[in-house]
Amino acid sequence: MSLLLLRRRLFDALVIALSLFATAFTLFWLAWILWTTISQGASALKPSLFTEMTPAPGAPGGLANALFGSVMVVAIGVILATPIGVLAAIYLAEYKRGTRVAGFIGFVNDILLSAPSIVIGLFIYELFVLPFGHFSGYAGGIALAMIMLPIVVRSSAVALELVPSETREAALALGLPRWKVTWSVIVRAARPGIITGLLLGVARISGETAPLLFTALNNQYWSANPATPLANIPVVIFQYAMSPYDDWHALAWAGAFLVMLFVLGLGLATRLIFRQGGGR
Amino acid sequence: MTDSPLSAPTARRRLARGSGGDRPFEAVVALAALTVLVVLTAAGVSMFLGGEPAFKAFGLKFFVSTDWDAVNKQFGALIPIYGTLVTAAISLLVGVPASFGIAFTLTETAPRWLRQPLMVAVELLASIPSIIYGMWGLFVFAPFMAAHVEPWLNDHFANTPLLSDLLTGPPIGIGMLTAGMILGVMIIPFISSVMWSVFTAVPAHLKESAVALGATRTEVMFKVILPYTRNAVVGAIFLGLGRALGETMAVTFVLGNAHDFAKSLLMPGNSIAAVIANEFTEADSDLYRSSLIALGFVLFIVTFLVLAAARLLLARLQRIEGAKV
Repeated sequence: MSLLLLRRRLFDALVIALSLFATAFTLFWLAWILWTTISQGASALKPSLFTEMTPAPGAPGGLANALFGSVMVVAIGVILATPIGVLAAIYLAEYKRGTRVAGFIGFVNDILLSAPSIVIGLFIYELFVLPFGHFSGYAGGIALAMIMLPIVVRSSAVALELVPSETREAALALGLPRWKVTWSVIVRAARPGIITGLLLGVARISGETAPLLFTALNNQYWSANPATPLANIPVVIFQYAMSPYDDWHALAWAGAFLVMLFVLGLGLATRLIFRQGGGR
Repeated sequence: MTDSPLSAPTARRRLARGSGGDRPFEAVVALAALTVLVVLTAAGVSMFLGGEPAFKAFGLKFFVSTDWDAVNKQFGALIPIYGTLVTAAISLLVGVPASFGIAFTLTETAPRWLRQPLMVAVELLASIPSIIYGMWGLFVFAPFMAAHVEPWLNDHFANTPLLSDLLTGPPIGIGMLTAGMILGVMIIPFISSVMWSVFTAVPAHLKESAVALGATRTEVMFKVILPYTRNAVVGAIFLGLGRALGETMAVTFVLGNAHDFAKSLLMPGNSIAAVIANEFTEADSDLYRSSLIALGFVLFIVTFLVLAAARLLLARLQRIEGAKV
């Protein structure tokens, strides 16, 4: 074997080995983070988490108000982002597909998709907290809606574009008006893809913390009124983890564990729906 | 009017236009699409207006001053801006080689049955909420850095020129190096999934030609795939950079919220996102609040430019090859 060939082969083996190492390195971090959250969270898990309020340091308590607040804030986000996102996707995929308008809005949507969430929080603070003079669950929900919106637009537009044009043509040939074709035929055919996008969006916003810090804020007590500040899991995790108290740390880990369980469970559900829906 | 029988041209026109419900429906969906534009524009404008008092009060000094003094109402953003750039740079040093390694393994060397599980694992890393990264960083990773990595750095780089200033310092775990490394892990899934998808979009005949000429797998990667996908690979890195610049929770926990300049990466620092997260609800004067919003505006503009560049670089390859990115 010539020296050159040997050198080339050695370099090849080196790069392949380093790549494998990079892969193992990444998997190692994943395992480390998952393991910490599961072991710390599981040991802090107890039934009182779901029945008692967030406590003062040293007192017993749970996360009931924060769990309920989180559900409310995320629900507001989903209720706002879903119709706007799906309708916007219909415009992009059905009415303006392939045009410059769709290209531009899609481009802006992609930027919004990875825009820093803390900036969204500041924006909503300026828009909905400052004028009203107080933090509120509504403001938190609106901030989350803005984070979810681009995810829904993107995945719904992709799902709509995957509907074969024969379906569209067959429905139009029956004499149906276009809005009816779109709404009752195309959207229905794209439903698994759209639902996948919604679940992804819910998974993303249910762990979001930064936009809630200055919008929904926090609340030590039970509140079912979104016009008041609402306790929510991410902000409680943040405040409790940053505190010096061990029992607060335990509650923060329990919260982190619940959020992770929820997010990973949604991920699994998405996978199942997508497979069942015959998506690619 | 609807009672009278339609004349032939009117009927044809109406048929072409569709039924009566079509126009309102199109208007509604167009309005929804417009919301996307409005949200981004309104966010930019409202941040600019909110930050204006600070820009007016401090002018360019806002960007070059290291003063951050709430009592005397002097606000300069150099420390957070510096911290944002430094942690983002560290994150790229960690994230880009790791992402490239994963993409290379996935496209070229991993056995077929292993690809799907590997991709799921990488996706999993992306779906973990950033607050969990932050909490894990504070309770697990920072102590690990303090106990093992930072003493080692102090021992080995104390006399290395250039690096000794950066890599030695008190081993407290909390600091810019720790934050940058966590960010690096966070951006791996974003960069590697895009790299992987553009690598697989390279036409097989190009790769086969190179292999037929006797190229090794590494040579195919560096001499065929990478030149072919260069723009998209840079785009993928920019996408990761955009994430790293704006990430808040993961770094807020481990940066230490310091307002003093430190040369050492082991020292606590700050970042734009972290200073906003830490101080915004405590800001007790209008100028203080405005300075924080001004920082948010700076972050908004910088990430906007980085992400726009990323999308433009990626769009070109997408058009040619239909790669899913």
